[in-house]
Amino acid sequence: MRSNNSRKYLPIIEICLLVGLIVAPLFINEFMTVILTRMLILGLLAISFELCWGYSGIMTFGQGLFFGMAGYVVALFANKAGFVQIWGVIPIGLLVGAITSFVIAWLLLLGRKPPEIIFVALGTLTFSYAAERLVSGWYWVGGGNGLSIFDFLSFGSFEIEAGRLFYYIAGTILLISYLISRYLVKSQLGLVLAGTRQNEKRMAFLGYRVRTYKALVFTFAGAIAGLGGALYAHHEGFIGPNNMGIGISTMAVLYTLFGGAGSLIGPIIGVLAIETISFNLSDIDAFKSFWPVILGVILLVIVTFKPDGLIGFIVSQRERIGTFGKISKKNKNQDS
Amino acid sequence: MAILEIKGVCKQFGSLRALEGIDISVEQNTFHGLIGPNGSGKSTLLKAIAGDHYADEGTVIFDGMDITERSPEFRAKNGLNLKFQITSIFPELSTYDNILLSIQSSQTIWSLVTSKGKSGLDKNIMETLEQFKLADRAETLAGELSHGLQQWLEIAMSVIRKPKLLLLDEPTGGMSPEERRATGELLLPIKKETTLVIVEHDLDWIKEICDNLTVLDQGKVLDDGPVEKIERSERVKEVYTTRV
Repeated sequence: MRSNNSRKYLPIIEICLLVGLIVAPLFINEFMTVILTRMLILGLLAISFELCWGYSGIMTFGQGLFFGMAGYVVALFANKAGFVQIWGVIPIGLLVGAITSFVIAWLLLLGRKPPEIIFVALGTLTFSYAAERLVSGWYWVGGGNGLSIFDFLSFGSFEIEAGRLFYYIAGTILLISYLISRYLVKSQLGLVLAGTRQNEKRMAFLGYRVRTYKALVFTFAGAIAGLGGALYAHHEGFIGPNNMGIGISTMAVLYTLFGGAGSLIGPIIGVLAIETISFNLSDIDAFKSFWPVILGVILLVIVTFKPDGLIGFIVSQRERIGTFGKISKKNKNQDS
Repeated sequence: MAILEIKGVCKQFGSLRALEGIDISVEQNTFHGLIGPNGSGKSTLLKAIAGDHYADEGTVIFDGMDITERSPEFRAKNGLNLKFQITSIFPELSTYDNILLSIQSSQTIWSLVTSKGKSGLDKNIMETLEQFKLADRAETLAGELSHGLQQWLEIAMSVIRKPKLLLLDEPTGGMSPEERRATGELLLPIKKETTLVIVEHDLDWIKEICDNLTVLDQGKVLDDGPVEKIERSERVKEVYTTRV
């Protein structure tokens, strides 16, 4: 059997979600727009984890660290130097995320022997925990109270308040990050990552320096997490120890598992679903004291009984992995 | 001219001496078979050549380079390839993508990111798939191929790279007699540009395809030389009639 006529649902889901997110602010109030903006920013965190786990097989609990580190740095720039220009905040976020993740990659991934999954998972977990503890006790960065940002994100003298404009800025940044990530995972580099995820040892025997590729993706993903952290700090006007520790790192894992690993859109759906459920549950008086338990049970049920996540109800495993080599029409005709 | 020289290679696993002072020379553009009873050290030796583990003592010289402690990546980049005993392909990728993954490993990271070299590889990939009777399965997931076709796919993944030395660990394992015969026919044309070292249990098949044989027994070289010489060797006959 040569042809594979299985339907492609991923592009349809991507377009539907994109259109939905573009028009959403027209139908919701200002408060809900702010909530949705937060979800878009967390979408960057989720994509960042997905690039590591879903595409490269790196189980990391460090994405929260890169997210929080960038958030703290832009908050310090705002508080100590009064710098809140968006044209500076975005590159600072990217750079801090990239540098921090490269250092972690160098320590955990670039050793002489390929590291075990559990080694990387525990290593990143330890770094996240240590960073959270460090900022909690460090008065200069606000200690346990974190850092508040009192000035709005600006472009020149124009202030960008949380609301519809911030929503579209965050949405555009998420879209650009998504498209770049999508391009990467669909390229020949994506094939290398797919091979690494399936059979790392074989890749080494084909001549690939697997650890280098992993470190590259880890650093790129760290930059995206950093970008998310920088936007988050300015959107919320606050960054605290909880935004850079194990909690937020674990949320990145849950967003991906809930939405569905192996596609970039799955984690974004995961963010929207989890944050919407959390928001609604926490708003119901009867559930106020124990809504996290209900959320936990829902997550557990999905992750246990539908390991492919929500996206797995529609998109097959085959479609998620995709094909990388396109057989030319000439060769195709010769075979048929 | 020898493309592979193994000098005094030893390998120990705990108290087990798996290889003891192995000396073998493999001539360029020949097919060289490694045979011996179970546990004689054939696969252990092959893995030491490929870099799956390192020899405790001795040296492995490949194409004039001492590769004894070099990584598998280095060996692969310099033209030494291994086909594993247990089929080692990428089951969730298409047959075509398995071959693409194998041949693109020499490209730079930038070239991979921009997918620049992909279109130029298509013809070569399709010719190799044709050669190994896999062209009509190009879009099939590798994990859905029959065992025999998976073995051929893995050999094709190595052959397309035009390695100087290809190590095949039981390439006909689990195949029917017809598939074994066909595997031999698939391998013969690559002799012009590749040297083969083959570990195999099927003595008739390996005698048919190889120029030289090395017989291992209990981690030592029992005998080696041209196939005709080994066939007449009393020591080899003794081992195969009493131990196999």
